[in-house]
Amino acid sequence: MRLKILDSGHGFGTKALFALIRAASRQEILDVIKLVKYRPDFYGNPMSKVTQEAMRGASPWSVGDRELMAAFIAKINQCEFCTKAHSAVVDLAYGNKKKASAILCDLESSGIDQTLRATLLMLGKLTREHVVNADDMRAVIAAGASFQQIEDALAVAFSFNIIGRLADSFGFSVPPPQAFDAGAKYLLSRGYR
Amino acid sequence: MANIEQARMALLRRVLEGEGKASLSDRRAAFDNRGLAEPMSQLVDKVARSAPGITDEEINRVRQTGLSEDQIFEIVVCAAIGQACRQYEVAKAAVEAARRN
Repeated sequence: MRLKILDSGHGFGTKALFALIRAASRQEILDVIKLVKYRPDFYGNPMSKVTQEAMRGASPWSVGDRELMAAFIAKINQCEFCTKAHSAVVDLAYGNKKKASAILCDLESSGIDQTLRATLLMLGKLTREHVVNADDMRAVIAAGASFQQIEDALAVAFSFNIIGRLADSFGFSVPPPQAFDAGAKYLLSRGYR
Repeated sequence: MANIEQARMALLRRVLEGEGKASLSDRRAAFDNRGLAEPMSQLVDKVARSAPGITDEEINRVRQTGLSEDQIFEIVVCAAIGQACRQYEVAKAAVEAARRN
């Protein structure tokens, strides 16, 4: 990572925890974990509460749907780390190893539910252009979404428009697929706490 | 998601009003993407608008102004949160406009 403190500036207890995780998982610590564990009172702890609520709080959207939104936003932001990390969670959540890549490669012919498709299109515009209007929201509602679903999707966008920017700004390294698979299992079982 | 606003506001209060290594004014300026001197101004704008294009050299230029890594860390975090907040608020306003009509 571009800041040495994020790689190796953690306290003794955190470094010991990282050593245990490395030994148990046989994987390097993901840079996103290093980030949230660095001075966690400043960013990691309050951000984890936001992300946990957005991704695992009560919502009409399934966990898989919200992880797909995260992966989609990451792809629009051209964040390779986040796209791969959340695509792995999507595949695991939906029980289909090629689900995320099929949708991210070609949303129009992916055959996903029209409400989710319209929501992704709106999130894509917001992420790419930084702006959406009432007509964009009406299109999502016309596709069957409730206002609650839209607001919940915007919470996912809030989280991942932060995380993706930080991944690219701090220069997260992109690990091999098995590291993302291990991360996906953790995120599905434990969430973002 | 009954608690999302509460969690979101707690995050904003922490990074903008809580203790830190960077000054409160620099954290606020990074959040607003306004009022910072070069080269920090360019870095903050790229965090907000085109983060994939950030280079090692841009981070090094900011480091060479005398800012510590902790200060850079906080300022970049505030810049990312600020842009996500602006997007979120624009979208929430669009939802309210759609709800009215």
